[in-house]
Amino acid sequence: MASDTRLRSLPKRTLLAREEEARLESEDRRAFLRKSAAMAGGVLAVGSVTSAGRAAPLAVAPATQEMGRPIEQWAYGSPSKFEKQFARRRTDVLTNRQNWSDWSMTPIQGQQGIVTPNGVIFERHHAGTPDIDPATHRLVVHGMVRQPLEFSMSDLMRYPSVSRFYFLECSGNGLTNWVKTSSQTVQQSHGLLSGGQWTGIPVSWLLDEAGVQPTGKWVLFEGADGSAHTRSVPIEKVMDDVLIVYGANGEMLRPENGYPLRAFVPGWEGNVSVKWLRRIKVSDQPWHFRSETARYADPLPDGRWRQFSFEMECKSVITRPSGEMKLDRPGPVEIIGFAWSGNGRITAVDVSVDGGRNWQQAELEAPVLDKMLTRFRYRWNWNGSPAVLQSRAVDSTGYVQPTVADLQKTRFTTGFIQHHNGIQSWSISPAGEVKYALV
Amino acid sequence: MRSYSTLLGAAALAVAGCASMEHAATTPVKPAAGYGKPISEADIAPWNIDIRTSDGRGLPPGSGSVAQGKAIYDAKCTACHGADAKGGAVYGTMVGGIGSFKTNARVLTPGSMYPYAPILFDYIRRTMPMDRPQSLTANEVYALSAYILNLNGLVPANAVMDAKTLPAVQMPNREGFVRDDRPDAKAVRCMTGCN
Repeated sequence: MASDTRLRSLPKRTLLAREEEARLESEDRRAFLRKSAAMAGGVLAVGSVTSAGRAAPLAVAPATQEMGRPIEQWAYGSPSKFEKQFARRRTDVLTNRQNWSDWSMTPIQGQQGIVTPNGVIFERHHAGTPDIDPATHRLVVHGMVRQPLEFSMSDLMRYPSVSRFYFLECSGNGLTNWVKTSSQTVQQSHGLLSGGQWTGIPVSWLLDEAGVQPTGKWVLFEGADGSAHTRSVPIEKVMDDVLIVYGANGEMLRPENGYPLRAFVPGWEGNVSVKWLRRIKVSDQPWHFRSETARYADPLPDGRWRQFSFEMECKSVITRPSGEMKLDRPGPVEIIGFAWSGNGRITAVDVSVDGGRNWQQAELEAPVLDKMLTRFRYRWNWNGSPAVLQSRAVDSTGYVQPTVADLQKTRFTTGFIQHHNGIQSWSISPAGEVKYALV
Repeated sequence: MRSYSTLLGAAALAVAGCASMEHAATTPVKPAAGYGKPISEADIAPWNIDIRTSDGRGLPPGSGSVAQGKAIYDAKCTACHGADAKGGAVYGTMVGGIGSFKTNARVLTPGSMYPYAPILFDYIRRTMPMDRPQSLTANEVYALSAYILNLNGLVPANAVMDAKTLPAVQMPNREGFVRDDRPDAKAVRCMTGCN
């Protein structure tokens, strides 16, 4: 049975007490399926373990006694009709009076594994989603180069492709929740985050082909959309690991994620991974665009602004249980979440159930990849008392995810503030209600 | 055909040069041939719209006055940004906020926030108006830049902006930026009795 397989695959070093394990193994298949369906369907009860009652006698389901849908001649598959809750959502905290320069968030509370399906990778655009014909799309590389070059999509796809797993996070992820509990769900507070396998080619190949002049120190990426979104990126980073990407998770990019071509800058704030990429220009200085001065800069307490704050620092969040979910009853709870760092790989995640006073190390689930979402889990026996759950990640540079109070020592945190990588808290009431909490 | 040892050498170089082993292992050898087509800067010109805003390099010929800017603004911008750029149906004010960054009520406008005035030209030309981006002439963009700067008290009512005058406008937030100095937090991995 599925539940048995799942249980047997648990690592031996699990902290589960023997009697809890026995109870878990007695969990019947119906309860498991009911729980799975509830989670997947967006019913927000977090199944703790069924401890009492016998299963009812089985009935043969209608689906078993009839033919299903035939194979279509020509079709792209869709999720089950029972999975409508697993969808992107626009912000329900801020009121954007237009929806072109806007964003929508990934339902990370329902994500399985570390790869975000293409249909729910978060969106952030500045002038809506264009529909660009790859047959006519062109990329140019110019500026401080020996020979300016133009590439068609078919030109670019003649190069050997590179596929790499990376997270993508908007610098504004968490911006509504620095000092108040504005967002109630983890989708709203942390859903400007996705993970995927991105396919394309190193930008360095194209720059080498064009021949960067020794004076070339900064690289401009520009989009072909109605915002012609533009950022300046240091050439050291571009030559190190920046890709131009045409594929994501096994297919061509979706229009809202840059089809047919985007920049992908691993570990850095999402908006430098310019979508609908049409132009790469080399210069000796940054351009200081609006998008790197008036926006995407971080306020400091002395009234100045931190500029070119590219890296998305080490961060984690518990996705289950999380805001607006409910624990059925006291007993074992499988706490799961994501950790990630734009500066390297995750080396540890700790979980606290008492608001940060005491911590226990969680398990990391392989693969643990550089600059990619990492799954952690911690099995907790909830005794029914109020609790505050937190997670804290450590990355391969030794950086420890800070609290908001730690960050407030050096940053100004009132207003529309970016780069929130502070520890996130969920409170659990005696009734099992999970709520966003500030500690 | 490449020799086996060449491939091994390339793989070793890739491993040494990259931050991460598992990523390096998946990087194929760059092909000897390139597939880009040579193109002249002249043929790129219709796309070559970026302005280096610190000194205005890239600003095109043309000019526009505050008065011309007001007329264009009233016709094309008020629907979203409101009369006199004080905020409208869609966006907030583009006027004021100078001096507000030392308070808890920071007001971000082109006047208070932009370190360099040519950001106005670059941004308006590439994005505005939102429903018809890149439809304004260079003269119109200069005029709108002049108008917004005048509303913020940064140029006089008779100002005319062009490739020389726009970069010369002194912006109050010119020295307001510091380069990224993170990591700024120094959290410690305490395990028991932490707060």
